[in-house]
Amino acid sequence: MGSITLKQVSKTFGEAKVIPSIDLEINDGEFVVFVGPSGCGKSTLLRLIAGLEDVSGGQILIDGKDVTRNAPAERGLAMVFQSYALYPHMSVRNNIAFPLKMAKLDKAAIDKKVEDAARVLNLTDYLERRPSQLSGGQRQRVAIGRAIVREPSAFLFDEPLSNLDAALRGTMRLEISELHNTLKTTMIYVTHDQVEAMTMADKIVVLNRGNIEQVGSPLDLYRSPRNLFVAGFIGSPRMNFVKGENARSHGAHTIGVRPEHIDLSTSAGAWRGTVGVAEHLGSDTFLHVNADGIGTLTARVGGDLPVRHGDQVYLTPQEGRIHRFDDKGLAIK
Amino acid sequence: MARTVTRGSKIGWTIAAWVVALLIFFPILYAFITSLKTEPEAIAGFSLIPSGTFENYVTVQTQRDYFKPFMNSVVLSIGSTILALLFAIPAAWSMAFSPTKRTKDILMWMLSTKMMPAVAVLIPIFILFRNFGLLDTRIGLTVMLTLINLPIVVWMLYTYFREIPGEILEAARMDGASLWKEIVYVLTPMAVPGIASTLLLNIILAWNEAFWTIQLTTTNAAPLTAFIASFSSPQGLFWAKLSAASTMAIAPILILGWFSQKQLVRGLTFGAVK
Repeated sequence: MGSITLKQVSKTFGEAKVIPSIDLEINDGEFVVFVGPSGCGKSTLLRLIAGLEDVSGGQILIDGKDVTRNAPAERGLAMVFQSYALYPHMSVRNNIAFPLKMAKLDKAAIDKKVEDAARVLNLTDYLERRPSQLSGGQRQRVAIGRAIVREPSAFLFDEPLSNLDAALRGTMRLEISELHNTLKTTMIYVTHDQVEAMTMADKIVVLNRGNIEQVGSPLDLYRSPRNLFVAGFIGSPRMNFVKGENARSHGAHTIGVRPEHIDLSTSAGAWRGTVGVAEHLGSDTFLHVNADGIGTLTARVGGDLPVRHGDQVYLTPQEGRIHRFDDKGLAIK
Repeated sequence: MARTVTRGSKIGWTIAAWVVALLIFFPILYAFITSLKTEPEAIAGFSLIPSGTFENYVTVQTQRDYFKPFMNSVVLSIGSTILALLFAIPAAWSMAFSPTKRTKDILMWMLSTKMMPAVAVLIPIFILFRNFGLLDTRIGLTVMLTLINLPIVVWMLYTYFREIPGEILEAARMDGASLWKEIVYVLTPMAVPGIASTLLLNIILAWNEAFWTIQLTTTNAAPLTAFIASFSSPQGLFWAKLSAASTMAIAPILILGWFSQKQLVRGLTFGAVK
């Protein structure tokens, strides 16, 4: 079991209120991603759940039991750190075995668990090596191995992939998702990368300045962002925002259109503009268009569209895909 | 592109490096050479060729017992180092792992005591030592050497402890290690190289300390520094014997230094190289 409940959890560092007050419910077996820009309090929130920081107010419940004042090890959670945080003077085997030794398991049981974990994570051939003799991806797997042998009620990941190169990040993302499918244990994953959030999460928690902006499934957040912040943060490239007359004609203070929901034409359309930079990705092209009286808009179009820098084009937002926001930045239903 | 080094410049720099090294080492070498001369030879003028007599060493040993100041040096340097580490490890530890707003100020304040000329406090220290009966005692001098080296020891350990990533300690905490187990299984193994080089450097500093050891001792607690100095006073100057005494005083620490070069270099770079 691994359900986690936060009740009015707050954290202040000296004068700074990092987290004013957060209520959150995480169900057993869920893959929850905390996402937000740097300094939004997502790592602090994770460390509060882990017990590495003390809360300034509120309660943390794991499986209904109040653990607010419990030490990290008493909460039954395991954590994977951004820097991997492996013990450099121990072999891979001893790194993975460390939490089991601390729990005073007998040697045979430890060996079995370590070898099982190593098999799952493809580390069997590396058990006698030191962390310094491993690649970044292997180190990350050792860190995960050290977490899974404890059979925790939940895993906490603190930006675990940000030290890896792009290709490896993609592979590890899949591996962690597969691990979640196998273990079916609650996972809380902190990242600033919305692609990781979208691809891995059952539930995304978008944080900004210590407040929860929105909680929902990846597609919920994509389809109906609650406010301008979530609309701008989720989705890549970013949503286009248009203010002024164009927005008022839709009965809103600001309207938002995702690049993939803009139709392009060379002859006619709602907004006229000049093509600036065209980013050709092969499968898609991202066109940055300087629209008259609006500013730069990004449109996602097919890979082999014959437009060049300086060409005149017309952009039309797809009706029904336009997000409307009021003057406070909240979505208008 | 890698910088190209011509053969000529390589040879030139090598020679220059040797010259500098020899210049630095020369006083020690000359003391050794002089110790192998007779007294008339020693005052005769510059010469690198001694008559090769070991008489001075015999004389030094018969006139004054070498063993006693040697043992004093050993006890003082090792004793003061252990004492300094006992205070400095917890101090540096708390400053590195749970610093407060004032931590930097405290570190600077400790270092600032090293900027004061020792002679400025000679009189008060001397009077205090006399009043408490610490003059010419091993205990008194051990305390003194501990105190004068403590700032450097704390600073060195602080820099080493700061190099240990906090996340590793947090990982240990998550893994269920108690504070004690965290110290034994995680922190200490990672801190040992730093503690070892601090220990070595402090032994050398304490061994070579010549101001307080000479001022605060006469016979009982006098270490090798005072032993050397004693050859330049009462009966006039005996340069050859003085050189023999110096050679005997620095030999042990040179040998220790030679065998622990690697640790020492790490210690002297003060954690600058990660």
